[in-house]
Amino acid sequence: MQRTLAIVEREMRRFRRSPLLIVMSMIFPLAQLVVLGYAFGGNVKHLRLAVVDQDRGVPAVRIRELANAVSSGAHTIDLLDYTDSGVALSALRNGNVNGVLLIPPGFSRRTLQGNAPRVALVSDNTDNFVFASLGATMNSVVAAFNEPQTEARIATKAGLDIVEIYPYVPYIQYLLPGSITMSIFMMVMIGGGIIFIDDKARGLHEGYLVTPVTKLELIAGFNLSGTIKAFMAGAVITVLGSYIAGVPNPLDPLRLVRTFLVVGVTAFALISLMFLLMVRVTDPLAPRAMFGLLNTVLYFPSGAVYPQQGFPGWMHAIAAVDPFTYAVHAFKSLLLKNTGFDAIAGDLLYLTVFSAVAMTAATLLFKRTL
Amino acid sequence: MTAAVEVRTIVKRFGNFTAVDGISFSVTPGEVFGLLGPNGAGKSTLIRMMVTLLPPTSGTALINGFDVAKQADQVRRSIGVIPQAMTTDLELSVEENLLIFAKLYGVSREKRARLIPELLAAVELTQWADKPVKNLSGGMRRRVEIARGLVHEPRVFFLDEPTTGLDPVSRTAVWDMLRKIKAERDLTVLVTTHYMDEADKLCDRIAIVDHGKLVALDSPEALKASIPGRAAEDTTLDDVFVHYTGHALRDALQAPSAMDSPFMIRRS
Repeated sequence: MQRTLAIVEREMRRFRRSPLLIVMSMIFPLAQLVVLGYAFGGNVKHLRLAVVDQDRGVPAVRIRELANAVSSGAHTIDLLDYTDSGVALSALRNGNVNGVLLIPPGFSRRTLQGNAPRVALVSDNTDNFVFASLGATMNSVVAAFNEPQTEARIATKAGLDIVEIYPYVPYIQYLLPGSITMSIFMMVMIGGGIIFIDDKARGLHEGYLVTPVTKLELIAGFNLSGTIKAFMAGAVITVLGSYIAGVPNPLDPLRLVRTFLVVGVTAFALISLMFLLMVRVTDPLAPRAMFGLLNTVLYFPSGAVYPQQGFPGWMHAIAAVDPFTYAVHAFKSLLLKNTGFDAIAGDLLYLTVFSAVAMTAATLLFKRTL
Repeated sequence: MTAAVEVRTIVKRFGNFTAVDGISFSVTPGEVFGLLGPNGAGKSTLIRMMVTLLPPTSGTALINGFDVAKQADQVRRSIGVIPQAMTTDLELSVEENLLIFAKLYGVSREKRARLIPELLAAVELTQWADKPVKNLSGGMRRRVEIARGLVHEPRVFFLDEPTTGLDPVSRTAVWDMLRKIKAERDLTVLVTTHYMDEADKLCDRIAIVDHGKLVALDSPEALKASIPGRAAEDTTLDDVFVHYTGHALRDALQAPSAMDSPFMIRRS
């Protein structure tokens, strides 16, 4: 035990003297949180919609007015009037407008006759988000157009009431659990993996191997120090990130204790994974090359940026074993829903079993000699 | 009396390549024993087997009576090792480096409090004790390693090329300190070096290793006298070296080292 603590002491003393490492492992997840949070978080606004009114009747003007209401209210669209549909369509192809609303001749007549009146939305579908927003906006305009002028005193159609059980969650808050997990992972990779391999390549491990330290003490020392470093990174991002993302009551003590427990268990799980991957590696290039790949394979399938329900089957398989999935789920439960222990027990169990399996495998592969 | 080091027909093979081919010798307690040989002769492999870093393919070595293969832990407790690579933490201070290793060897608090200042004084680094090793010169760093290697009072001290890359003044300083420490402590020293003048002046006996085999083993004087056709007083150890190992350059391929990776952060 004394020897394990000596290894931890050595690592922590070195860590304290590497402020660059500490700062770098925290800046990346925070920058990602802020940039992605604001980039993806807002609603799409000011989409340019060309209006070609070839009808000019009263119903056509009404459509135009309803669209105008959206334009000056939610600012989702900006309207531009075109007289020639050919010019409007070429503006669409050139990217000057995002869509063309075509009100064909005879629209008013058909409306008054009740004879299937139609307007067309010609839309640029190379950008799915813009396409979906424009479609949804114009659907609501047409729905408003179809509403009867005078409402019945008692509604005859079924209505849906949506109840939100949590306060509004902006996208930046949705991203925070992933950012905390990422900061733990960054520290595991930089402060754990890269330093471990560089020390090994430099021959620093020979210094350990000639002492009476046992294989288990050595592994325990490396892992304990790695877990402490990664825990610190995760804990700092939890608090800082909560303030940045505007999580209500960021210092709620009970939630903080639970969150830090998840940070610790996640740190240990990721250190175990890293150690398993690095135990036989000697080339300093390897952890650096693996970094980007692991980052992608672990982060994106975890549901940190996009709901897992949208994934294809093979990605579900990755997500099911990915420790990030369980960490992100636990952080979401605690930070977005302020749940109790029941909601995160399964995540903690998986991460603990994952750590045990990875650590056992790494210990078996670890060589006490060169 | 038990030999400090007794190597018995030790062999190390890496695949088809035999790095050490049945070497035997013994070192008596208190001796300074030099291990010489051209690059790639097998010196480092031999020393790595003696300090339990590499398991021998066959044969064995007894260090202070303990078998390197079967009693590795006892061997490790009784030896001090300065590997060829710099194994000192550059970010830590001189004293911290010694402290961590004392703890790794399980040296008690009381003993640490006595031994660390004593060793720092012996290698003349007392005034630099709280300075990070990265601010020290190459020669000073070697002296830190020497102090660190002795922090648990070993009986046999293994040094793999302790003076390689040092300027002549630093080399002399390192050797002077080693000699002084050896005189004060009951220490057996086994050292590899490329510098023949050092080996000549400092070693009681010298073993020359070539192609993994022991080609000569005797005192420097006896080795010089063994060269035919030359008077012993005109002969240097360089002549002895060339006589036993030949003139041919040892061009050979070697396994790539992780140190050569373009991504290796070199902090020297």
